[in-house]
Amino acid sequence: MNQAASESGGTGPSHRQVEIGVAGAMAILAVIGIYGSIQVGIGWGADGPRAGFFPFYVSLIVLISCAINIITVLMARETRKIFAEWSQLRQVLSVLVPTAIYVALVPYTGIYVASALLIAFFMRWFGRYGWLATVAVAVFVPVATFITFEMWFLVPLPKGPLETYLGY
Amino acid sequence: MLADFGNLFHGFAVVAQPFNLVLMVIGIVLGVIVGVLPGLGGANGVAILLPLTFSMSPTSAIIMLSCIYWGALFGGAITSILFNIPGEPWSVATTFDGYPMAQKGQAGQALTAAFTSSFVGALFAVLVITLIAPLVANFALKFGPPEIFSVYFLAFCSFVGLSKEPPFKTIASMMLGFGLGAVGLDQMTGQLRLTFGAEQLLNGFDFLIAVIGLFGIGEILLTMEEGLSFRGKTAKLNMKVVLETWARLPRYWLIYLRSCLIGCWMGISPAGATPASFMSYGIAKRISKNGHKFGTGEIEGVVAPETAAHAAGTSALLPMISLGVPGSPTAAVLLGGLLIWGLQPGPLLFTEQKDFVWGLIASMYMGNIVGLLIVLTCVPFFASILRIPFSVIAPIIMVFCAIGAYTVHNNTFDVVMMLVFGVMGYFMKKTNYPLAPMVLAIVLGDKAEEGFRQSLLSSQGNLGVFFSNGLVSTIMTLGLIALFWPVIQTLLVRARDLINGTLRPAG
Repeated sequence: MNQAASESGGTGPSHRQVEIGVAGAMAILAVIGIYGSIQVGIGWGADGPRAGFFPFYVSLIVLISCAINIITVLMARETRKIFAEWSQLRQVLSVLVPTAIYVALVPYTGIYVASALLIAFFMRWFGRYGWLATVAVAVFVPVATFITFEMWFLVPLPKGPLETYLGY
Repeated sequence: MLADFGNLFHGFAVVAQPFNLVLMVIGIVLGVIVGVLPGLGGANGVAILLPLTFSMSPTSAIIMLSCIYWGALFGGAITSILFNIPGEPWSVATTFDGYPMAQKGQAGQALTAAFTSSFVGALFAVLVITLIAPLVANFALKFGPPEIFSVYFLAFCSFVGLSKEPPFKTIASMMLGFGLGAVGLDQMTGQLRLTFGAEQLLNGFDFLIAVIGLFGIGEILLTMEEGLSFRGKTAKLNMKVVLETWARLPRYWLIYLRSCLIGCWMGISPAGATPASFMSYGIAKRISKNGHKFGTGEIEGVVAPETAAHAAGTSALLPMISLGVPGSPTAAVLLGGLLIWGLQPGPLLFTEQKDFVWGLIASMYMGNIVGLLIVLTCVPFFASILRIPFSVIAPIIMVFCAIGAYTVHNNTFDVVMMLVFGVMGYFMKKTNYPLAPMVLAIVLGDKAEEGFRQSLLSSQGNLGVFFSNGLVSTIMTLGLIALFWPVIQTLLVRARDLINGTLRPAG
């Protein structure tokens, strides 16, 4: 499904660029890993290999693999294959951004209020549901979650001002 | 051996307690739902539902969680056959013939064949586990650090050799996993490493967060990109169709046997259910006399991958309970569960936690029987879940992922990490980096490192310790063969061509 979608018409970033980008990002992580390992010592200490020994070599292998992966991409024949169409990426972002806001909201409003807002937003924005259906689902799911987690299974979840106001 | 059967019956008694039976049914139903929904799969489904088990006894907890896993394995087939959407990666091969069968109006037959095959595969794998796991565990009790490390080595090398992705991508993602696993407190020296002063990283990256992010959020982003439209076939499953199909199935016993063996082999070595299902389908297509009709709705094309996928998915638990080395991401999550419930995974489980281990094994038998009954009777209900629009389901899945991530350590920073892993999972999946080795590396990183460093400590830094006796040398050599398998395979093929070329006249 993926393949078909990214090969049929439309424009977008090329698969090649993204491929190099991913390998590059991994390489950066590897360099950070190598740097951090050297900080704590990669040699042989009084009680055997030091703390940085294992992560150092592991990061080194990541770095080498990334180099090989980048070279493989560069050696390969130039293709027109795109990573995803811009419209598809817009779709992805339109999920990612609200979710990021949701994640940022959780510590302040508690998970229940934030969840209600997220569900309501999705249903109105993508689903174009009426207010009644939206509010019904957006309220029902957090309430059901509350009953399941806090009351039945006794697992506390993050709560905010609303829950405090209601006395939980 | 006889003592094992006594233990197994004791296990059945534990499972048959009403509370555990209820958990079993809840687990299966939740599992099928998880398997049917896009973006939720065995691994992250179990990870998200893990917090529900915190207040239970370990035995009840593992019964419920493993049943979620069986349910997810069953659920994948429903969406593959009715909607041509594989709910799980291992059911991709089921769509090849399952969906054409549904289009021909044989959805009932296809579903019955799929469920029954899943059941047969799982049952075969459970029998293998019952017979072999105690022996393996007993054997493994004698392992020292070098042997333990060599088992990990073999497990990770198999990933490289058996994966269909480019080897260096597998290695990169696996080693990145080890690196992420190393962040935080060093178990052996008590030193902090790779935290760069960030307090949130003291405990390192938890693999449960990684699982939920990589598989859950990443999957939803992918689904969003593809733009979903669920247009499915309807299924009518009545007793007559089921019985008719069952009457047809025994003649495929050879396919069953072959697929079971493929599945068990691929499941125990951590290649997993997905390659097992493809391999089984491929071989069935090549061998069957109806092979040329595969892809147009042959029942054999449903039987082969489903049997192998379930056999693999189930047997992935064998190394998990006997050695503490999970054979799949889901098995890894179950292993993480053991740690949370305060059990130490590894060969000692069989001697120290008899109730738990045999309860788990007994629940595999019961769970699959109950699972078969539930899916056969409730297909329309499960199929209707997929008709709920994605704009309603997607945010609800997101909410559950967030809850799952939060409850691991009661920490909102983990929810942020989940999102980061989600974005990472999206890009890695799109660029063909396998995620399973990374997850397993995060889980096993500490233990593999410990084995490695303790071995080196005892040998004063001499790598020869990994070839110091017959056992450890054998396992390490197997690992090296697995690691270089792609190279060996090309050489073998070339050698064969060369021989054939010289024997056969040209042209």
